[in-house]
Amino acid sequence: MIHNQTMIDQRPAPSNTLGPMAWLRANLFSSPLNTLFTLVGLYILYLLVVPTIQWAFINADWIGTTRADCSREGACWVFVNARFTQFIYGLYPRSEIWRANIVFGGFFTLIAWLAIPRLPLKRWVAVFALVGFPVVAYVLLHGGYFDLPRVPTHRWGGLMLTLLLASVGMIGALPIGIVLALGRRSNMPIVKSFCVIFIEFWRGVPLITVLFMASVMLPLFLPSGISVDRLVRALIGLTLFQSAYMAEVIRGGLQAIPKGQEEAAAALGMTYWKRMGLIVLPQALKMMIPGIVNTFISLFKDTTLVMIIGLFDLLGIVQAALSDSNWLGFSLEGYVFAAFVFWIFCFSMSRYSQYLERKLNTGHKR
Amino acid sequence: MSVRPNTRPAGHKPPFWRDRAKRALVFQLLLTAAVAVFLFYIIGNVQDNLSARGITTGFGFLNNTAGFGIVQSLIDYSSQDTYGRTFVVGLMNTLLVGGLGVIAATLVGFIVGIARLSPNWLLARLATAYIETFRNIPLLLQIFFWYFAVLRTLPSARDSMAFGEVIFLNVRGLYLPEPLFESGFGLIPAAFIVAIIASIALMVWNKRRHEATGKRIPAGWISLALILGLPLLVTVATGVPITWDIPELRGFNFRGGFTVIPEFLALWLALSIYTAAFIAEIVRSGIQAISHGQTEAAQALSLPRNLVLRLVVIPQALRVIIPPLTSQYLNLIKNSSLATAIGYPDLVSVFAGTTLNQTGQAIEVIAMTMAVYLTISLLVSMFMNWFNARVALVER
Repeated sequence: MIHNQTMIDQRPAPSNTLGPMAWLRANLFSSPLNTLFTLVGLYILYLLVVPTIQWAFINADWIGTTRADCSREGACWVFVNARFTQFIYGLYPRSEIWRANIVFGGFFTLIAWLAIPRLPLKRWVAVFALVGFPVVAYVLLHGGYFDLPRVPTHRWGGLMLTLLLASVGMIGALPIGIVLALGRRSNMPIVKSFCVIFIEFWRGVPLITVLFMASVMLPLFLPSGISVDRLVRALIGLTLFQSAYMAEVIRGGLQAIPKGQEEAAAALGMTYWKRMGLIVLPQALKMMIPGIVNTFISLFKDTTLVMIIGLFDLLGIVQAALSDSNWLGFSLEGYVFAAFVFWIFCFSMSRYSQYLERKLNTGHKR
Repeated sequence: MSVRPNTRPAGHKPPFWRDRAKRALVFQLLLTAAVAVFLFYIIGNVQDNLSARGITTGFGFLNNTAGFGIVQSLIDYSSQDTYGRTFVVGLMNTLLVGGLGVIAATLVGFIVGIARLSPNWLLARLATAYIETFRNIPLLLQIFFWYFAVLRTLPSARDSMAFGEVIFLNVRGLYLPEPLFESGFGLIPAAFIVAIIASIALMVWNKRRHEATGKRIPAGWISLALILGLPLLVTVATGVPITWDIPELRGFNFRGGFTVIPEFLALWLALSIYTAAFIAEIVRSGIQAISHGQTEAAQALSLPRNLVLRLVVIPQALRVIIPPLTSQYLNLIKNSSLATAIGYPDLVSVFAGTTLNQTGQAIEVIAMTMAVYLTISLLVSMFMNWFNARVALVER
């Protein structure tokens, strides 16, 4: 015999915790405030995305060669199309572009080789990328050897120049940065103070004044009669500027190595350079890679500043193309294209640095 | 392994290159000598080059008449003023855009950073999209975008965009109503200061009383009412001593009111939006750096949620946030030198640009410009060291 009246009433079935409706409830409409946020967010998204898609895709002109082909009210990608070669190679002679293409190909192959963990021979590829490849790239791009016609540096430009400035600045800054970082941690007071002054000086001034200094003051520093190429002047400025930031990243990595490592190496009778080169730096460099990638991203973005001293990097050449009287009024298209290229590079680099951080993080995280 | 006995006779000294201290001394002397020779060489070259070009060194040029106009100036300036005054005008314009940029970037950065941690999926994604978009596009490109693609394509003065018939936006800039202060206005800021002092006193008293007796009053709300209410009361009591000078279209341009030049707008927008993306990331990582155990422990003490945030999470997060935040502020001020690309009259554009070109005194001008930025960063890093020492965890 069952006493029904002693049982409690049936409760309603629990609301779904799975499925799209439950997800919506949990993530978008969990409280009145959240619902308000969601609606406002949707409205902002609507305001931004719909006109952008209409402008950039639906109402855009893609095919053609002159501005007469741009008849619709959307974006005129014909402009970017017509100028594409210039945006990538600058004023590099059309007949010699194959040389730039080889350098581009080699550059991206080396980067990919170093970035993909599964590929072998990392050390040798890295040595080639830092030492051999710059020489090959210089011979190919500049010419004057092996019957290659000379291409003076004022004809280099576009994305090619941007990548070149960023990579040379980086490769040059790395050794200087290591020396500065070691010097800053040194026990010798004079060495230490020189390094501190050097680092803090470059970190304290804006890059634009450094570039002004490189273009206005560097000719004064050299004996009269010696003139330095404008590109080289910009590179010197960029490298010195970057080396100070690099030194701080490396110092951070060095500080992360426990003191016991160096003391143990000293107890084994190793000299300073052996302790650093065999024990401390190899461990520290691994930790520094994300930081180095981050400074590389900021250097990559900072290379746009060279247009102020008259070099035509990607932004410089876009800006120059915008003042062409045949193509006036397409500044939005030009900037959107340049922004897209920079964004692709910087975003993929920052994603790679985050991936490295996860991979190298062998600590215990909750 | 056998240990070799020490066979060195007593009194024998190792050669000096085996002595660490002596080696260090020699190395440092050599380095100093090398740097000195290098500097000597450069200074010699500079003197040769300058005398070859007929440029006299020295700061005498600062007293010469500049002879060029500056489009925006916080102090009285005309083309009859000296080069020295162009330095001050440029410096103040740099500090103006830097200061306003810091305020806007902090506000936007904190909002976006907190939104990125929101449980609301859409809000968090929008914040992420903002950060990833603006962080990965060069600042100079963003400045060009706002200046050439947005502000320079606005309608002319006749077809201005009007906001409530008092604010106008056109290709020549933003026209705002300008407050004109009449006599008796001085009482309002005075009331504001009195309210702030009273609020601080109230807070201190409330804290002491709370510690002594365990009782407290809602001092935060009372202070807010005091700070907002007292100046308002004084304003009404003195008969609203403010009139507004509203810009009006006369002929081809606006007269009256307060004009914000498009160069300033473009630079300020780009700097704030760009830096805010970095600040948002700093805020996010600062809040995430606080171990979850801290929140759990505070909740276990049955602290209410707002007190958990105010007494446990935020003080610890600020310890992580403030050092990188100050370096972002520094970056913003240094980046404001990109003004020269669009012609906003900041220090680099006016002084290291026009003044340098007119006088040819490259060394002095660049040195003065760099000294300004170095002083600012030195002051900021001194503050940062002081702050770090103050908030550092004392572990042992």
